[in-house]
Amino acid sequence: MMSGVEGFMYPNEVGLQWSVLIVLYPFITGLVAGAFILASLERVFHVEAVKPTYRLALLTALSFLIVAPLPLQLHLGHPERSPEMYFTPHSTSAMAMFGYVYLWYLMAVLVFEIWLDYRRDIVLLARSSKGLLRLIYKVMTLGSDNISPSSLHIDDKVGWIVTLIGIPSAFLLHGYVGFIFGSIKANPWWSSPLMPVVFIFSAMVSGIAGVMLIYMAVTKLRKQVIDIRCVDSIAMYLFYIFIIDFSLEMLDLIHRVYEADESFRSLNFMVHTKLYFSHIVVQIILGTVTPLVLLFITQVVKLPEQVRKRMYVTAGSLALVGIFAMRWNVVIGGQLFSKSFLGYTTYKMALVTREGSLVAVGLTVLPLFILWALVKLLPPWSHDEATQAATGD
Amino acid sequence: MSAFKDAGHLFRFAGLFVLAFIIFLVVRHYVVPRSFGQYGHYRGAAISEIAARPVKFAGHETCETCHSDVLDVKSKGKHAHVNCEACHGPLAKHAEDPSAVTPVKPDTAVLCARCHTATAAKPKGFPQVDPADHSNGVPCETCHQPHSPAIDGSTASATGGAK
Amino acid sequence: MNLSRRHFLVLMPAAAIAWKAVLAGTPEQAENYKLSEHWWGMLIDVPKCIGCGNCVRACAAENDVPDGYFRTWVERYHVSDENMTNPEVISPDGGKEGFPVAKEDAEKYFFVPKMCNHCSDSPCTQVCPVGATFVTPDGVVLIDPKYCLGCAYCVQACPYGCRYIHPEKKVADKCTLCYHRITKGLTTACCESCPTGARQLVDLKNPKDPIHEFLKTHNVQVLKPQMATGAKAFYNGLDGSVR
Repeated sequence: MMSGVEGFMYPNEVGLQWSVLIVLYPFITGLVAGAFILASLERVFHVEAVKPTYRLALLTALSFLIVAPLPLQLHLGHPERSPEMYFTPHSTSAMAMFGYVYLWYLMAVLVFEIWLDYRRDIVLLARSSKGLLRLIYKVMTLGSDNISPSSLHIDDKVGWIVTLIGIPSAFLLHGYVGFIFGSIKANPWWSSPLMPVVFIFSAMVSGIAGVMLIYMAVTKLRKQVIDIRCVDSIAMYLFYIFIIDFSLEMLDLIHRVYEADESFRSLNFMVHTKLYFSHIVVQIILGTVTPLVLLFITQVVKLPEQVRKRMYVTAGSLALVGIFAMRWNVVIGGQLFSKSFLGYTTYKMALVTREGSLVAVGLTVLPLFILWALVKLLPPWSHDEATQAATGD
Repeated sequence: MSAFKDAGHLFRFAGLFVLAFIIFLVVRHYVVPRSFGQYGHYRGAAISEIAARPVKFAGHETCETCHSDVLDVKSKGKHAHVNCEACHGPLAKHAEDPSAVTPVKPDTAVLCARCHTATAAKPKGFPQVDPADHSNGVPCETCHQPHSPAIDGSTASATGGAK
Repeated sequence: MNLSRRHFLVLMPAAAIAWKAVLAGTPEQAENYKLSEHWWGMLIDVPKCIGCGNCVRACAAENDVPDGYFRTWVERYHVSDENMTNPEVISPDGGKEGFPVAKEDAEKYFFVPKMCNHCSDSPCTQVCPVGATFVTPDGVVLIDPKYCLGCAYCVQACPYGCRYIHPEKKVADKCTLCYHRITKGLTTACCESCPTGARQLVDLKNPKDPIHEFLKTHNVQVLKPQMATGAKAFYNGLDGSVR
């Protein structure tokens, strides 16, 4: 029982409560929120350059949002009781918000917005397809065949409002996760008013990087030409939001080092030993500084398209790894040290258990399969392009 | 208004929400436990359910109603405030049905050593010995009567001692 | 056993009456128990603790606590004068079988029993998403095992490390202040089995409880007062090095 323990831990603290699945959950909702913010750049802020990624970003968000509750359900001791969060949510608990925020974001924002944007295509696809697919499309039309210009105009107006509401909703969807950690006074690694803000900005980094990579990959798979102006624009937003994220994390670090409260010595030791690889090497050096430097270079030096694309892919991938590492360091890191500040334990991640690494990998990859299905069902590209792509596959 | 005609699909979408909400309210009414909210945001019945859990230690007052002779001996000695089950273990079952459940005599070699093995960590005034030195392997109850452990001349088989 | 027949016939009814409220299976608390008349806490007298581990074993027996998990445990501190902020602490299997013999040296040793502090401003009940853990009207923090999801948020939120997830039931679990005993006029299992009186149940609403006199005449503290949890486990003689 005491294996892997250094120093003293309260006896009940030795085994970790929250596993890699709880690391995965904020990573997934972060991608959802970030992808949505990217979509809203075009819809609300009229950044035309990123328009080619608009629909893809929404579908990406939906794919990840569908998977988001799974790591939580697999972690719960009694997942069959999770409806209790809908029936008797405890108003003082940030976690109780989950059920309603998730449902709101899924139905009233994401599904609603996707439906409004795709409605014309859905009706046309309902008319032109056969068999089961036709039934699916018909159900999605909710029985309405109206795609007159005035109805589409109403859709557009309503869609704009939904996106507008969607932005604070996305912040809420992911920010409350930050608050779940940030409001725990018992844990000095977590307790901080900065936590929700850091979570939101790192979410935006991961979501934007994720959509950028998916766009580039999907376009390549479709043997189409990547809109370089679009990708340049996305990379620029990625760079600036990354700067803000990095500044916030540095602020937290500097504040801790300066104040050096009772927890500092223990946490400092933890970062330099148990968390050295995941925090210093992966999160900071590989996952933040390197992509920032790469992006900075692309912003100030005029490089050929091919080189820029490679740098974006590298920076985007490293950024995703870095943001995952950040979630890991918060969740796992917060449980590796004792609340007595006198000891440390070890996280033994199993391979094939319900909360093991295989499940984690599976849950990370699952949204991509769902995205593939969604892209087939609701092609993000124009109708003509879609039929071209379908035959070209 | 023609605007409503062109917004028909929106009303259908909203209709789905309203339907879902009504179903939710109905299900909630049946699923939430009756006693929820009785004292606060929790199932009030849980309090009495927890209070109804079985008791394993009878408590010294119950022991003393039958074993008053032991109490007489104990209350005069150093173990006056050591409760019966501190040494004899949980005996609610014995108190419930004395003849059916016979308590096992504790092994003094293990029992006494737990409290009385000398260590720098214990309070200085507390009686403690090195078990190996002290009795050379002789069982504690040879010289000390557990219910009144001070050695005062009387033998170990005095009233209330081991069977 | 030297019990006369006459003794037996006289005492049996008395025992039966006393036992009535204690029998397993009684669905309610003792008939006269009113939630609003009690406000429970615990007094822990540190200089009296000898680290025998009776309390840890008794609690495990009374409450079927699974191996390797602890509703209560005892810590042994070893503190040097020059380095009070860095004590050496051990708690081998929670102190269940006592502690290894310590060699005499220039530093000080003492034992500190730990348990749920039954906080009146409890951070653990604050974070429960569904209302499965709560503070009763008589001041005891309890868990409803039929309602708990096993999300472990409460385990994270407890500053004292007194909660755990039950390995078989998969719900949160912790010290219940032997609620099933104190509502029937008994004391907790740990207090019952403590040979030195280092642990004592207190009812803060009872004017006759000796705790009121004790608090007037002794300096007591709670653990981690800066957390402002309204902890109700009061420690007499608590050293500043205790975590």
